[in-house]
Amino acid sequence: MDITNAERIESREIPCQDHRLNPDQAMIDTRCVVDLSDEQLLRYGRQILLPDFGIEGQERLAAARVLIVGLGGLGSPVAMYLAAAGVGRIHLADFDRIDLSNLQRQILHDTDHIGWTKTASACQRLARLNPEVEIIAIQSRLSTESLRVVVAQVDLVVDCCDNFATRLAINGACFAAGVPLVSGAAIRMEGQITAFSGSSGGPCYRCLHPSEVHEDRTCSANGVLAPLVGIIGSIQATEAIKILTGLGTPLYGRLLLLDAATMDWRSLSLNADPECPVCSREASGSSGTSL
Amino acid sequence: MIRICYFARFREQLGLAQEEVPCQPGILTAEDLLAHLRARGGVWAEALPEGDRVMTAINQELVRPETAIRDDDEVGIFPPVTGG
Repeated sequence: MDITNAERIESREIPCQDHRLNPDQAMIDTRCVVDLSDEQLLRYGRQILLPDFGIEGQERLAAARVLIVGLGGLGSPVAMYLAAAGVGRIHLADFDRIDLSNLQRQILHDTDHIGWTKTASACQRLARLNPEVEIIAIQSRLSTESLRVVVAQVDLVVDCCDNFATRLAINGACFAAGVPLVSGAAIRMEGQITAFSGSSGGPCYRCLHPSEVHEDRTCSANGVLAPLVGIIGSIQATEAIKILTGLGTPLYGRLLLLDAATMDWRSLSLNADPECPVCSREASGSSGTSL
Repeated sequence: MIRICYFARFREQLGLAQEEVPCQPGILTAEDLLAHLRARGGVWAEALPEGDRVMTAINQELVRPETAIRDDDEVGIFPPVTGG
């Protein structure tokens, strides 16, 4: 969401409308003013009641466009919470199909959908959850180039993928476009969450991992506790809604770590790495192709 | 003394949540500390193999491996997580 739009919504009177919102008007252009119907005021009333959220916050969500990369354990709660909360348009990216072994934790998908693409399954579930939300499925593998194209169309990206290489590519695209990124990861009984503003000077995901993570630890090889991905994904959804609406203080510059075995949380400060190949001033002055 | 906190997978593998290590001439940076721990052999060498990415924090701030450690610092050792 651009600042101009945020300021305009902030400053104007919000009339109570007696007609249903036309979804075609709500979703694409964040510069459009979105008016809420009585039904929408009822559907979203419990979050509109929050003092720092209000009708303005709901309008910002309705005008927002979000990309979710990965529709597995993390992407499931993220997609469901963002759709239920009334984000106007959600791009869903996942090339995979549903396997029986996914269903223990990927609560977006049903047993009847084994063999379906995750995007098709998600589209059906989210449409039932909130038919007002526009869903755009991206079934193919995202390349660096296609990521840049999609990221340029959204206000925020939520990284719910399962590997380091894709995380780097998402980070590069978000930083290049100045788009905020909410990053979550989980395995076994441990998880991590942070958010990056996409602003010049960082930090970015590359600052978190200045050297390569050579081997991704996968759920299939290492196991994962089902509610762990729910915890981490729910926090990602929380941060996404906060950033889109201006609610509270985002996790920018902080990394939360969870050890679910002992239920210990740590909050670490994360500063921009002056040697970061993505977000440092030196990198900004170069070709800007680093991941 | 340097207070070391092991988190999540490292805590499990090493069977230890925290310990204190005396400051010594060979431990000037976070990566020196990791090398010192690795040199204990056995489960330490298995948990912290050379070349594997380990996240380190000094006094609750994530740092690069070459960051200096001082007396009374708390060093957190965390595994990177990329799954989803």
